[in-house]
Amino acid sequence: MRPFTDLFWRLDGTTRTSEKLEALVAYFRGAPPDDAACAIDVLSGGRQIRAVPTSLLRQWAAEVTGLPPWLVEESYAHVGDLAETLALILPDPAAPADEAAGANEADVGLARLMRTTIHSLRHETEARKREVVLATWRRLASRERIVWHKLLTGGCRVGVSRTLVARALAEVAGVEPAVMAHRLMGGDVVDGEAYRRLLAPQRHDADDRRPYPFFLASALDGAEGHDVASLGGVADWQAEWKWDGMRAQLVRRGSDVAVWSRGEELVNEAFPDIVAAGATLPAGTVLDGELLAVAGGRLLGFSMLSRRSGRRTVTRRLLEDIPCVFVAYDLLEERGEDLRGRPLHERRLRLEALVPTPFAAGTAAHGAGPPQVPSAIFLSPVVSAASWTDLGLLRAEARRRGVEGLMLKRRASPYGVGRTRGDWWKWKIEPLEIDAVLLYAQAGHGRRAGLHSDYTLGLWHEGRLVTVAKAYSGLADTEIVEVDRIVRATTLEKHGPVRICEPTLVFQLAFEAVSTSTRHKSGVAVRFPRIVRWRRDKQPSEAGTLDDLRRMIPGGVPR
Amino acid sequence: MQDLVEVTDAGLYCRQGDFFVDPWRPVPRAIITHAHADHARRGCGRYLCAAPGKLVLRSRMGGQAPIDAVRHGESILINDVRVSLHPAGHVLGSAQVRLEHGGTTWVVTGDYKLERDPTCAPFEPVRCDVLVTESTFGLPVYRWPSSEVIAADLDRWWRGNRDAGRTSVVLAYALGKAQRLAALVDPSIGPIVAHGAVMTMVEAYRASGVRLPPIDRVPPRARRVGGGRALVIAPPSVLGGSWLRLFGETSVAMASGWMTLRGVRRRRGFAQGFVVSDHADFPGLLAAIEASGARRVLVTHGFADPLARLLRERGLDAAPLVTRFTGEASPDAVGVEEDDDPEASASGTAPSPGADAAAAGIPGTAAE
Repeated sequence: MRPFTDLFWRLDGTTRTSEKLEALVAYFRGAPPDDAACAIDVLSGGRQIRAVPTSLLRQWAAEVTGLPPWLVEESYAHVGDLAETLALILPDPAAPADEAAGANEADVGLARLMRTTIHSLRHETEARKREVVLATWRRLASRERIVWHKLLTGGCRVGVSRTLVARALAEVAGVEPAVMAHRLMGGDVVDGEAYRRLLAPQRHDADDRRPYPFFLASALDGAEGHDVASLGGVADWQAEWKWDGMRAQLVRRGSDVAVWSRGEELVNEAFPDIVAAGATLPAGTVLDGELLAVAGGRLLGFSMLSRRSGRRTVTRRLLEDIPCVFVAYDLLEERGEDLRGRPLHERRLRLEALVPTPFAAGTAAHGAGPPQVPSAIFLSPVVSAASWTDLGLLRAEARRRGVEGLMLKRRASPYGVGRTRGDWWKWKIEPLEIDAVLLYAQAGHGRRAGLHSDYTLGLWHEGRLVTVAKAYSGLADTEIVEVDRIVRATTLEKHGPVRICEPTLVFQLAFEAVSTSTRHKSGVAVRFPRIVRWRRDKQPSEAGTLDDLRRMIPGGVPR
Repeated sequence: MQDLVEVTDAGLYCRQGDFFVDPWRPVPRAIITHAHADHARRGCGRYLCAAPGKLVLRSRMGGQAPIDAVRHGESILINDVRVSLHPAGHVLGSAQVRLEHGGTTWVVTGDYKLERDPTCAPFEPVRCDVLVTESTFGLPVYRWPSSEVIAADLDRWWRGNRDAGRTSVVLAYALGKAQRLAALVDPSIGPIVAHGAVMTMVEAYRASGVRLPPIDRVPPRARRVGGGRALVIAPPSVLGGSWLRLFGETSVAMASGWMTLRGVRRRRGFAQGFVVSDHADFPGLLAAIEASGARRVLVTHGFADPLARLLRERGLDAAPLVTRFTGEASPDAVGVEEDDDPEASASGTAPSPGADAAAAGIPGTAAE
């Protein structure tokens, strides 16, 4: 596993994408196919097994080091990464002379290591597990132990995206990154044979299913002088609701249907209903649109949709509980012809001819729902207004309609690549805001390991503070460090990595929407909570109340 | 028997001798373990330090400060308390303070390390009844590589950068670590260049008789320095400023005990971290405590609570002692609080890291 260990540390040691790419390419060029297949699985966050429970590892580490278990826990709380903590506290490996006696894990290939040492350990007795783990600890150096622990506990996450892994493999194979991204989507690279096929220079059949790069909108928020006044005449623009779902491309080519997420992930397994509907489209069609969860005429909201989108298999029950639709924004390909260079107004006419049924926009809150047609593919309706002022009034209804605002697309524009400013704008409604009090803090991971950077915030209710949201981001790094110190100094109780703090800090919390929830103790759920700023000027007593938050729920305050 | 050292608003106080050790406020009489800003503050009536550190302390405290010095191991009597200073191995002239009165012996370690350091006298264990020890790195995850390993890593990194035409920049405390690094690396790889704050201390070290390789000062108003071959040693305060732009393409590394942890390294965005500390690592702390023979141990700045608990479980009478020392400032704090800003220390007005934290009512600060 030495080459993989080296790769892990090279990836860890740099923040530059170019250097990460270089390290990946070098690794894949040199790795035996079996090991490479295994590495792809680990790097792209494939499902990993936990061969040995971490509780046992901690216990054995305490035994081996002679440290009391509480000190191992204290160290873990400080480091924020168990694999690393254990690797650091264990004694240095035995001298190389002893090493020769047995096979050294450092020299065993990754695939063999995974198969023989890790996967098989899962079914062994505790005594046997202990024997193997302790023997391995004696052989591996600290930097190797970290990686081994991560593989052993099924928690090996490396700071590379699937896209980057695909780019590296594309370079090794000499094919386009999009081709490789798609080849990787076709299922796991299970062994060396599958790895060889992956790298084959010739075109796979599956390449036909690949999506176009998504065109992305920029925020129209007044920054850099961009606002509606700067856009010219309203007639030059096509406005649509900005649906709060999951951007996707529906690709129908040959006999195949592929549903791609914006992250270029194939999500066919999660959306079999959309795949079935896609099969009714003529061959050679590519639609850009949004996946939405809709039931009984109501938009179900993003959290319900995400219960579908993460799945590799979807049960019939889930399909019935959370039916989904595809709302088409654009037609990128028709009868095999790439339409992206044509102006939007032309693409729109063709789209309307192909997908005539508009999604019943804005009716979600009124209970009317989409028409009950046997298809799950609808047209994203155009929002018409005679002036920017009128359009602004419609935008103000967005929250009530359950959408995030408006999309503005220049009628004469082609379908671009990436986030090119100028032709597509998202004109979102202002977020809702409330001042909330820090109640719990948890140490972050990765870049923020060891720093208390995940906050649980509360609001006043009947004289007490009740938790309403968990938020991660929004503070500057220096502020996070400062908050971390205050958290440590005002800790009332520690529960593992979570500290309950004396309520002293107030943060301004922004969010997109509030809805009632039976899953939250407070009875409300906030969407996209994030910390906007630290209200150093406010005392906890001046923070908002749960009733303030409830008043923001569209359609009143059910209690 | 009354304790020989107690914590007061002004710092660690020896009532029997009527003097302070490393006070954090101006006092009439101060014994200074070493010249770092959280241990040596301006404005005291009289300073006492170990002779090898006198010039370094002078450069920090200003030309007019009344500084007395004693040789390592030489004992003097201050109001009935026998006082001697013993090498702590932390930086040049760093000392442990031994106090003896009425048949009882106390030792205040100040900051210390057990590793070899060519720029200062090695740590010497001192037997005592009560030990007041630091605990900056008092968790078992902190174990230092040997000086040979550190030197080899630094050289490999520097050579690799030089061959790629990149200037190597290593960030380190201006006093102590910077000079230690300069003495560790192989000067045949390329020129060594230092920031002004580091140079001031390099000169004080040289004037004190410490041998260091040739080190160039960055000339004022220079436009381009290093030519992609140099090793630049600078305090962490240069991060985020324009100073680093002088060197064209650089690889910036931090030298600190905190670099042990991936998380710390990654959130500061350092491509490279060298685990180099002038503080004792966890085994070092335990070894020093054992070597002192002390039955009672008071644990100051760092991981005082867990270390004291561990010592209690091992049969010692141990407790945390809340002070305002900060030890090795966490890299997370770089830029927020800075020990080594030359302007700040020259003007004498900048609050020290410890004072900031204390003002905010936060005990322990950087480490925990």
